[in-house]
Amino acid sequence: MSTYLYIALIPLLPLVSFLLLGLFGRKYFRSSAGALGTMALAASTIISFAAAYQYFFIDGKADGIYQKIVPFSVSWLPFSESLSIDMGVLLDPISIMMLVVVSFVSLMVHIFSLGYMKGEERFSTYYSFLSLFTFSMLGLVLSSNIFQIYMFWELVGVSSFLLIGFYFDKPTAVAAAKKAFIVTRFADFGFLVGILILSYYSNTLDFPTLIEKLSDPGSEASLAISSAGFLGISAFTWALALVFMGGAGKSAMFPLHIWLPDAMEGPTPVSALIHAATMVVAGVYLVARLFPVFSTNDTALTLISYTGVISALIAAIIACTQTDIKRVLAYSTMSQIGYMMFALGLNPESGDNNLGYMASMFHLFTHAFFKSLLFLGAGAIIHFVHSNDMRDMGGLRKWMPLTHATFLIACLAIAGIPPFAGFFSKEEILLAAYDSNMIIYFIALITGALTAFYMFRLYFSIFWNKDSTHTADHGEGPLSMKVPLVILAIFTLVAGLLPFSEYITANGAPIETHINLGFSIAPVLLAITGTILAGWLYKTPGDKPAKLAAALGGLYRAAYHKFYIDEIYLFITKKVLFNLVGKPAAWFDRNIVDGTMNGMAAVTAKISWLTKGIQNGRVQSYALWFFGGVAALSVLFIYLWK
Amino acid sequence: MNLTLLILIPLLTAVAILFSKELKQVRAIALGGALIQLLLAFVFLYLYLQARAGGNNSPMLFEDNYAWFTALHINYHVGVDGISLAMILLTALVVVAGVLVSWTMENMNKEFFFLLLLLSLGAYGFFISLDLFTMFFFLELSVIPKFLLIGIWGSGKKEYSGMKLALMLMGGSALVFIGLAGLYFNTAVAGGSYTFDLMEIAALDIPVDVQKIFFPFAFLGFGIFTAIFPFHTWVPDGHASAPTAASMFLAGISMKLGGYGCLRVATFLMPEGAEAWSWVIILLSTIAIIYGAFATMMQTDLKYINAYSSVSHCGFVLLGIGMLTQTSITGAVLQMVSHGLMTALFFAAIGMIYSRTHTRQVAQLGGLLKVMPFISSVFVIAGLCSLGLPGFSGFVAEMTVFMGSWQNPDPWYRLATILACASIVVTAVYILRATGKTIMGPINDNHKMIGDAGWNEKLAALLLISGIVVIGVVPFWLNDLIQPGTTLIMTKFFK
Amino acid sequence: MSSIPLTHILFVSTALFFIGMYGLFTRRNMITMLMSVELILNSVNINFVAFNKYLYPDKLDGIFFSLFIITIAAAEAAVAIAIIINLYRSHHSIDVEDATEMKY
Repeated sequence: MSTYLYIALIPLLPLVSFLLLGLFGRKYFRSSAGALGTMALAASTIISFAAAYQYFFIDGKADGIYQKIVPFSVSWLPFSESLSIDMGVLLDPISIMMLVVVSFVSLMVHIFSLGYMKGEERFSTYYSFLSLFTFSMLGLVLSSNIFQIYMFWELVGVSSFLLIGFYFDKPTAVAAAKKAFIVTRFADFGFLVGILILSYYSNTLDFPTLIEKLSDPGSEASLAISSAGFLGISAFTWALALVFMGGAGKSAMFPLHIWLPDAMEGPTPVSALIHAATMVVAGVYLVARLFPVFSTNDTALTLISYTGVISALIAAIIACTQTDIKRVLAYSTMSQIGYMMFALGLNPESGDNNLGYMASMFHLFTHAFFKSLLFLGAGAIIHFVHSNDMRDMGGLRKWMPLTHATFLIACLAIAGIPPFAGFFSKEEILLAAYDSNMIIYFIALITGALTAFYMFRLYFSIFWNKDSTHTADHGEGPLSMKVPLVILAIFTLVAGLLPFSEYITANGAPIETHINLGFSIAPVLLAITGTILAGWLYKTPGDKPAKLAAALGGLYRAAYHKFYIDEIYLFITKKVLFNLVGKPAAWFDRNIVDGTMNGMAAVTAKISWLTKGIQNGRVQSYALWFFGGVAALSVLFIYLWK
Repeated sequence: MNLTLLILIPLLTAVAILFSKELKQVRAIALGGALIQLLLAFVFLYLYLQARAGGNNSPMLFEDNYAWFTALHINYHVGVDGISLAMILLTALVVVAGVLVSWTMENMNKEFFFLLLLLSLGAYGFFISLDLFTMFFFLELSVIPKFLLIGIWGSGKKEYSGMKLALMLMGGSALVFIGLAGLYFNTAVAGGSYTFDLMEIAALDIPVDVQKIFFPFAFLGFGIFTAIFPFHTWVPDGHASAPTAASMFLAGISMKLGGYGCLRVATFLMPEGAEAWSWVIILLSTIAIIYGAFATMMQTDLKYINAYSSVSHCGFVLLGIGMLTQTSITGAVLQMVSHGLMTALFFAAIGMIYSRTHTRQVAQLGGLLKVMPFISSVFVIAGLCSLGLPGFSGFVAEMTVFMGSWQNPDPWYRLATILACASIVVTAVYILRATGKTIMGPINDNHKMIGDAGWNEKLAALLLISGIVVIGVVPFWLNDLIQPGTTLIMTKFFK
Repeated sequence: MSSIPLTHILFVSTALFFIGMYGLFTRRNMITMLMSVELILNSVNINFVAFNKYLYPDKLDGIFFSLFIITIAAAEAAVAIAIIINLYRSHHSIDVEDATEMKY
């Protein structure tokens, strides 16, 4: 299918822009870096839309089913005859969808940053990092080989590290960058071992072959991997759980989520791009990519669904107590990704989880728009107020009418109020959960109410509540910051109306969905309750929130301290790994291993010191020893050796 | 082309340096010589690829064989395959970079450059030799310059470190020699005559018992050069005390002599021995990887950090060799090249930082990105390569080792592989700690006025970075280059 | 005429050898040590001449060797005395114990 060859341009354009800006940016593109990066990405975005059009409407379908197409793939690093890392492009509905989402959101962020980062000393570096990230993320979604996805996986990790640590002289930013990289690296270790196990049994690294071999429970590879085991769990489950661990790390699932809130130290547009819309859903994407394989293993599915739903709930509870607006948004991201994750892991009795898969992808799609809108709105607010803390804000609706309107749209969307985008996708997820697991359904329902509550708590605290004492020394922001907000708001309004289930499904064939009004009553009512409660508590200044917090007591404190998960990690890393492993290892090396070497040297020196008396420099005594030796030998030879 | 040129050029350069007068002349000659070496290495690469493309499938190319000392059957026998060629390229690159970073060496510069070139001569001689004795000769030749380089131009407790390094490496050589002698005296078993010739020995069937006895000597001996656990303690002290260029040579080239020897001599000539002892190799290398990584985490001196991480990374070389699959051995060779370039780059960056701030203590540094963006970027790139970021050579090498190791189906070896994989997390921890504290964060007030890299340092760094990136982005050419070599080694295992 | 038996001569040379040996080991004065060395050399000379005379009267090898040794002894004495004089100039002593600069 050479007609898709041009797809390679989509990731390559940002790569070129990264190289140009990274190598020569400081010298030649000091002020034009933003324009250059944005233009490259605009071209990518246009090509992405063209590719999506071609795939969905012209030639992606064969026999009514969307095909997996590998337009090209070159062997990049051959390991053995059948195993090799290939650099290829895999086109299927989800990769095309992600292509559109990533390039589009990235473009919005590029444009927004033109205004937001204006005057920044390392402006060109910022754009080169953004380009690097976009390149890696686009490469990730297009990967046709599991090792290729791992490579780009690491690359997005490092670009996230570079961007979180962009304000490198701020110690908190450096610590957050380090934390993000190390936590995800730890998860990637699981991913890597998972790849090793899968590749050994399936004897391939290519996604299409791998999926084909392992999704059929009767195939040779499946039987081999299921019969081998370790600690009473089959190798198959281990492999899938480990691959999921990689996904959970990137997607900030409990208990590997601790890096995400801290990652908000980065510039706000970066949070919008990486930590809201694109990189954090990479884990969901990975599970979706291997969905046919996952769906043959019940244990792995259960793990995924419960991890997802627990993350969703915990994050929602924590989000209700945070006061840093970016952190609230970070926890809401984690919560929403929890939704996508558990939807993928649902295992209905009726058979395949097609509905869950579709719903998860749908939510991923809509979430990308409204969440990046929320973050960019937050960016505009922070730009205006110069603070992240919602207690410093209030009454901003008068000063920032446009931001207020778009933020409200996004809040309504994420709360699941019809007819905004979030309502439709969440509805499908709940429907899928209702079909398969009532526990998960009820938790999801509660989480939905909490979502509405904390989002409107945020909204009312920022835009209503006490009147701001701000003197408007500058306006809402330049045009470059307003345009993306408006565009994203439009997408948030219409994205839910797309006939998503016709295009993006697990097996490529369209499925029938319909909005069941009776079913929608419960979640919508709960969302409205949450909204009203938030409005009652936070619309006007008062001591109601404080009273409520006091009434909740321990629960509030625990949630405020993020359930002490950070402290537990700190204990494990600082106390256990540093003091109980690292320090002893270093001590052992200096004293025992090196001590042995030095000891050997010392013993040698001691022996020579003891025997050096013989070598006293007196020729006479040498001669005496020599003569004595000759005499002794003579006696030996003459009398004893007859 | 004659491979002996690779020995002659450094020799002539070294002699020419002795007759030159001042720093300007000395460094010009040294750089000229180093550049000719680099050119020569590329010429050989080109000729090699041409010959292979032309269908020349003999295991070694450009062979030369002269009798050197007939009574003991010692020949001057040279020849290269892809593995040696990769090593030669690595050496040539590091030599140029090493000369460039020592550009402003004031103190006894003539002797300094003389010894550097002597060291490179030893390395080249070692890599091209196909005669065990000649190989040993060059191995020894490369030890003494290191002692002098550290002892004279070093810093800190340099005499102690130089002595320690020289003694431990000499000890390694002694073990190697026992291994070689053991091989030599068992070459006449099949009715032939005694020989030191590598290819001739490879064609023989050395009795299995003999292999089992002498393999550990040869492997451990070479292993000491590659910092095998628990004989790695010369590495931190030696590297930390050595001057920048010597650190680069030491970690970039010298440690690779050991890995190459382990592969070419120990494993290739004594395959049954290798099979019998592989569990020990795996055990020691896994310990080195994990324990080296944890020990690195605790270091506060930049050079110690890199030295300990070298212990950990060279563990991958030995792990790859010990796993005895073709992929893992390819990975080991890739890791040697990759680590050589990466660690030389790291030491170069540390040297540049040290020469400006006069401290290597992590706690006293910080925010260097602000005052020296170039050097800081080099440091970050070296760090990212070290933690195995795709796009740099470290990723390619490590992943090949992991994939290759996993192909060995023994469950205990699998466990070792998983533990080795786990080290990538610890590597990330210590690299990011070092980066976070030196490059990022608030800057020390004393360092606000220092400047960025000079042209020579920039050139050196760019040279090494280009090597790392080329391997990282297009790994298949290097893979193709060393493939015939590893295939040759594997033929000994599937007889 | 009854000739002197070989053993007598050998006894003399052995005595001479051990006297020289004793002097070489015990004396600290370099001149005396040199003289002791000369004694040892001369005892060897006597041996050579005596064996030549008694065992191979028709050959001259032993005599030749004696002549060589006498020549070498002369040269050796010259070199040794030169060293001793130089040592005396630098150390104002010809006691071997006094030159210890090169001792460990």
